[in-house]
This record gives sequence, C-alpha cells and structure tokens, in this order.
Amino acid sequence: MADPAADVKKLSFERAIEELESIVKRLEDGKVPLEESVAIYERGEALKRRCEELLRTAEARVDKITTDSSGAVTGTTPLDVE
Amino acid sequence: MPPSVAALQNSPEFTVTELSSALKRTVEDAYGHVRVRGEISGFRGPHSSGHCYFALKDEGAKIEAVIWKGVHGRMRFKPQEGLEVIATGKLTTYPGSSKYQIVIEAIEPAGIGALMALMEERKRKLGAEGLFDEARKQLLPYLPDVIGVVTSPTGAVIRDILHRLQDRFPRRVLVWPVKVQGDGSAEQIAAAIHGFNALPEGGAIPRPDLLIVARGGGSLEDLWSFNEEIVVRAAADSMIPLISAVGHETDITLIDFAADKRAPTPTAAAEMAVPVRTELFVEVGQFGHRAMLCFQRGQERRRSELRAATRALPSASALLAIPRQRFDGAASALPRALRANTHAHHRRFAQACAGLTLKVLRAQVAHATQRLTVNGERLRHCARAGLRHRRDRFAALDARFKASKLANVQAQRNALARDRERTLRLAERARRALLIALQRQQARVASCGQLLGALSYRGVLARGFALVRDAQGLAVHAAAGVAPGARLSLEFADGRIGATADADGLPAQAATLSKPAAKPATAKPASTAAAKRVSKSVDQGSLF
Repeated sequence: MADPAADVKKLSFERAIEELESIVKRLEDGKVPLEESVAIYERGEALKRRCEELLRTAEARVDKITTDSSGAVTGTTPLDVE
Repeated sequence: MPPSVAALQNSPEFTVTELSSALKRTVEDAYGHVRVRGEISGFRGPHSSGHCYFALKDEGAKIEAVIWKGVHGRMRFKPQEGLEVIATGKLTTYPGSSKYQIVIEAIEPAGIGALMALMEERKRKLGAEGLFDEARKQLLPYLPDVIGVVTSPTGAVIRDILHRLQDRFPRRVLVWPVKVQGDGSAEQIAAAIHGFNALPEGGAIPRPDLLIVARGGGSLEDLWSFNEEIVVRAAADSMIPLISAVGHETDITLIDFAADKRAPTPTAAAEMAVPVRTELFVEVGQFGHRAMLCFQRGQERRRSELRAATRALPSASALLAIPRQRFDGAASALPRALRANTHAHHRRFAQACAGLTLKVLRAQVAHATQRLTVNGERLRHCARAGLRHRRDRFAALDARFKASKLANVQAQRNALARDRERTLRLAERARRALLIALQRQQARVASCGQLLGALSYRGVLARGFALVRDAQGLAVHAAAGVAPGARLSLEFADGRIGATADADGLPAQAATLSKPAAKPATAKPASTAAAKRVSKSVDQGSLF
C-alpha cells in the first residue's frame, strides 16, 4: 500500500466513521499483529482527520428548483425563506 | 259530441316536443342550482367520451346523474361507487325520453366519515398491491450530502426544516416548490418526487440522497392531496429514500405508509435526516483517542512480553556446554584414532606384499599350461570321437540302403510273376467262355432251322394242300378274287400245275375239291388247317 490514506479522502462521513469504529474495535481486542497494528492505527488517524474535516466544512446552502412550463427542471435559484 | 270531449278541447293542444321543451325549461329554471346529498350508485365511467354516469340515491329515491368530461377532470374528489356525497349542479331533462337528471358541477364527500371511508378503501387497495410492504422500505443515509425537500417554498414548514438542519448539521438543500393543497397539488407533488428521482447522478444539479415531503397541519380535506393515489405511488416508487412529514403528529395520510420513514412533523423530519454535528465531533474524537490508547496499550503489552521472553532465554554458554563437551571428547580421540587406522592399513599392506613373489607367478603359469594341455587332449579326443561316430552312422545307413534296394527288386519280381499268372488264367477263361458261347449259338441256329422247316408252307403242302397263284404269280387268298376263266397256278408238295377257273355254280363236290386249293395258307397253316377241318365236317354233315 503506497499511501494507506489515499482513498480516505474520497470516503463519505458514514463510511469513514464506520471504518474508524471497526479499527478501534480491532485494536481493543488486541489480537492484531504488530505490523498490522501500526498500519491500521495510521489509517485510523487518517479516517479521524477525514471525519473532522467533513464535520468542519459542513455548510448550509439552500436552492430552489426552477422548472419550465412543461415541468422540466431548468436550474436552481437561491431560496430565501426569511 | 259528448260534453266531456268538448271540455278537453278547450285546453290548448301541445305537440310532444313542445311539451318536452316546456318541461325542460320549467325544470331548468326551477332547479338551476341545487345541492343534493346522496350515495353514489351504479357508477359508470369515465366512459371513452370522458363523461361519467351514475345515480344518486337515498333510502327512498334515486335520481340519474351525469358529470361531463371537463368537470370530472377538474374534480378534487373523484366520484366513487358507494361514496356519500354532496353534489352541486343543475337539473335538466333529456327530451329524447323525457327523463330528468342532475348535471353535477362539483362534488364533495358528505362529512369526515365519508372521507375516512374513502381513505380506508384506498389504503386497502394500495396495500393489497404491496406498496406499503416493509420489504420495500429503504434505509436512510447516515449523513446525506444533498437533501431534496418537496413542499411550499413559503411558510413555516420549510423554515422549520432549514432551521433544524442548520442546528444539527448544515447541508445542501434543494427545495422543489409545490402547491400542497387544492387543485393540481397532488400532480405537482408527484411530479416533484419523480423529478428529483430523474436528476442524473453527477449532473449540474446534484441529485439528493434523501427526500423530505412535508406540509404543515390542516384539516383532513386540506391534507387530502397526500392521500391521492398518484402521490402515494410516486412516494412508493422513489429510488431516493423518502421521509414523509405531513400535518401534525396525529394526522395520518396515505403517503406516510408508502414513505420509507414517517416523521410526525417537518422538524422531526429534519432531525431524522441528519445527525448532530457536535456529537459527531465528540464521537470521532473519542474514537481517535481510543485508537491511540489501544495502540499504546498493545505496544506496552508487546514490550513486556518481549522482556519476559528475554528473561526466559537461557545463556549462550549454558546452551553450548554439552555440545562443547562432546566436541572436546571427539577432538581428543581424533589423533589416536588416526594412528590406529594408519597402522591397520600398514599391516594389510605388509601382508599383501609378502604374498607377491616369483614362485606364485610360476605356479600360476604351470597351472595354466597344465590346463591348456588337458584341454588340448580333450579337444583331440572329442574330434576323433565325433568323426568315428559319423562314420558309423554312414555305414549303417549304407547297409540299410542296400538291403532296401534288394528287397524292392524282389518285390517287383514277385508282383510281375503274379500278374503273368493272372493273365494266363484270364486268357484260359476267355477261350473257354468263347467256345461255350459258340456252341450255344450253333445250337440256337440248329433249333431255329428245325423250327423254320416245321413252320414252312411246304410242310403244309407236304400234308396235301396246294398253293394257288394267279397269273402274276401272286397267291390267291379268296374265291372272290378269281374271275371265271382266269389262269391259275397250283403248287403241290411235289411240283406245279396250271389250272383254269370254271364258271360259278358248280356243285358242292367241286367246292370240296377246290376248297383245299382255294384255301391255301401262306402265313398261318395251322389255323387254316383247323378251319378246313371244321368246314369239311360241316360239309360232310350236309352230305351224309
């Protein structure tokens, strides 16, 4: 594995936290061989960073769908509900 | 004319058409706008024409009803068999058969009970199709990137949803604005659900991971669009997980059954849609901490195991002591063993040298010479014996050959003698047989000659008969062949005489005389003689 954290950048929050959870479980069980434990710990760190990044960059953006007369979607415009 | 008839004739006289038209006007004027409550019965439609025909009835009466195509298309509540309704419309008659009917312009369920019954009926029907099956439900994504909301773009509902999302976890939200009640609202809601599903993955407008179909509280009629079949089907068909949030907690609409998740309120829908960000922060942090702790603990455990293993490892000198001792023993024994080995080899060499002298060689040569002589003698002996043996065999064979040749000659000679003797014997037999055969033939000839003599006509002549011949020398056999005066020749045993036949009618004497002459037998003398004797005796009988 060239970079154990390469694919982590593309993971969804849900997948990332699921994997992080499973890594923690395996480490807690204490049955992981040394080599692998180092590798999965590093991956766990990467996953944690990915989760935190996803949480930090969460932003709200609200758009309204616009349609033409036949009901086909033409685009979006910002929606101001206030 | 009778007075009763005349009385009738005083009234104006209508044609049927006039009367029907008058009735139509009267009815339409009087009942141009009525509201009537009744149960739909015998519902037929919409026909291919688009119109619907049925009857409204109550316990005591019934009236025909019709809804024209255009009106039916606009109706929020579609008429349905057995539904109790309040219909608004006008009465009219149909002049062709003078029946009256109500032309309905609007229809509404008669009270909440009727609506509930309609909803129950529809729920049962769609449920039977499997639209509400648990197996169809999709799981909601844990953290959707984009949330599609189908609702009115104005009002408290969208505001509540957006606020709650903002509080928990800000997300990209796409709002598909729709009417949430009134004409066309159901179609718009269904189209919005389909529209979100139709957005391509990775297109200009992001495809939502989650849909929320929401509306604020209201009466059963207000929420009715969410009971419409088209909306329920769209929700059930949605490939994007869908949360329904219609009305307040106590309001139940059919879309709730078809949705993957039902939220009691729009706010609750937002809570179902996303987790709380701060909680996730904490959770992730905890996981990270736990991972680090576990890793450190694992390292510590390994380190202590290593230490324990190191302690348990015996020292190198202790491990090597016993092999060392074996080695020492072997090493010290080595020079002595080498010497002993060399000595043993030396001794064997000396022994071998002692045996290696000229005498041994000579003995070998003498022995070989002797063997050669013996073998040469045996060879000569064998050759002689072989020759003798062959000579003896030849002599024996020669003797046998000569003997057999003599025997063969003798046998040939004997066979010749036998054959000669046989030939002589056979010749003698042949000569005798020929002689006997000749004698037998001679005897036969002699007997034949005697017989011939005995049988000759001359014998007959000798007994006194004569042979008559005609002039030509031919034998005459019958008197009939002899013309009177013919020349005949008579032959007797001792010679011939000539004779002339007389005329016919001679006495019997002549007959007796001539008879023997006239009856000569050349071929059968014996029978002729017998016949002659008979005729003679007859003749004699007649004579004497």
